[in-house]
Amino acid sequence: MALSNDEVLAGLAEIVAEETGIDAADVQLDKSFTDDLDIDSLSMMTIVTLAEEKFDVRIPDEEVKNLVTVGDAVSYIAGAQA
Amino acid sequence: MAVVVTGLGTTSPLGGDVATTWEAALAGRSGVRTLENDWAEKYGVPVTFAGQLAVDPATVLSRPETKRMDPSAQMAIVATREAWADAGSPEVDPERLGTVVSSGIGGVWTLLSAWDTVKERGAARVLPLTVPMLMPNSPTAYVELELGAKAGAHAPVSACASGAEAIGMGLEMIESGRADIVVAGGTEAAIHPLPISAFAAMQALSKRNDDPAGASRPYDTTRDGFVLGEGAAVVVLESEEHARARGAKIYAYLTGLGMTSDAHHIAAPDPEGAGQKRAMLIALERAGLKPSDIVHVNAHATSTPAGDMVEARGIRSVMGAHGDNVLLSATKSMTGHLLGGAGALESVFTIKALQDRKAPPTINVDSPDPELQVDLVRNVPRDLPASGDLAAVNNAFGFGGHNVALVFTTA
Repeated sequence: MALSNDEVLAGLAEIVAEETGIDAADVQLDKSFTDDLDIDSLSMMTIVTLAEEKFDVRIPDEEVKNLVTVGDAVSYIAGAQA
Repeated sequence: MAVVVTGLGTTSPLGGDVATTWEAALAGRSGVRTLENDWAEKYGVPVTFAGQLAVDPATVLSRPETKRMDPSAQMAIVATREAWADAGSPEVDPERLGTVVSSGIGGVWTLLSAWDTVKERGAARVLPLTVPMLMPNSPTAYVELELGAKAGAHAPVSACASGAEAIGMGLEMIESGRADIVVAGGTEAAIHPLPISAFAAMQALSKRNDDPAGASRPYDTTRDGFVLGEGAAVVVLESEEHARARGAKIYAYLTGLGMTSDAHHIAAPDPEGAGQKRAMLIALERAGLKPSDIVHVNAHATSTPAGDMVEARGIRSVMGAHGDNVLLSATKSMTGHLLGGAGALESVFTIKALQDRKAPPTINVDSPDPELQVDLVRNVPRDLPASGDLAAVNNAFGFGGHNVALVFTTA
């Protein structure tokens, strides 16, 4: 059962908040993981690993560099689920 | 160059800070209790109790902190924050600030949980922070990050001597001119079914499952092994010059350090205790003290049938007839054995004993080993001399034949 973009965003924000202490409300579609949210590469890989499990999707390592904004990640996850 | 102690911190089976821990120790309370898990039924783990932390670090650290650090590093950070604040959060050139925080075993919970993940959910589920969490230098590295320490971050590993060796290395960092301040100590979080099973396989652990609080009984004739404990302790070491210049509160001087190795056996102590005695003698010499200057010894004394008396005979041999006057305390009777944290926690006890001029008690000694020829402090604290400079020794020994003796003197 595929989740809506809003549901993916909410789930992803939960992971980011849990891992980094960033307020979930600040995890918005236009935010860049590195420039706006100050998430380093190890934390990003942690978030990806947890997101793969939570949303039951596969995010290849070479794809991670394309996930610049939260919106990129939400679109990728929602698309991969469909 | 004189080195002083200007801050103390701990989280231990007796309390979440130094004040609570020391008060419980003076009261002779046990921090050992039955484990709340199903390891005995599920895996046949033969020991069902341990000296568990009084305060869970998860209740004082943020959620991301507990997710990024192995419990051993979490405990080190809790102890460091207390010690650093206690030292007055000193202003110091970052390049003159070092850390030496050791663990005997390292991030064993992280390592074994990650292996469980591989087996149960596949390699792709292993989290990227696994290596930085499990490496044995993780606690010292997190302390380094916490304080912005750039003079060097070290983690000497010598099993149950690690915490004391860390404090010794901190002394040498300052004496050699590498640092003005070093945060030094030890941590351990190994109450996991594998280490318990492995120590039990060596016949090293007490199996007194029906009497956890009475299980750690150093020097008692019925002692049957050590009790595993967990926790961390750190001290802030500082050159006296630096401490005086900023008007810091000074707990004690760290004046002596002796480190030797047995070259005898991978786990058993040399039955003659030659390396242990040499460590104590070297520490005394370095402190410029005579054995008769020592009023108190916080012994390594883990409650094993073989180890306790080797050390006690060594202390008697070093002290000679003065051994009759040395107040001997075995605080593992209350805390259990914190492995890599032990030498650090017992240094905190030794420093507090000098400050309060009070030797903490040894509990559970109903029938002292008849061979014991040192004045054992039993059940209630005993007063150290009320005036004059006092000196005390803290011993810590580890599997591998590592022997460390530290000498502290009153401020």
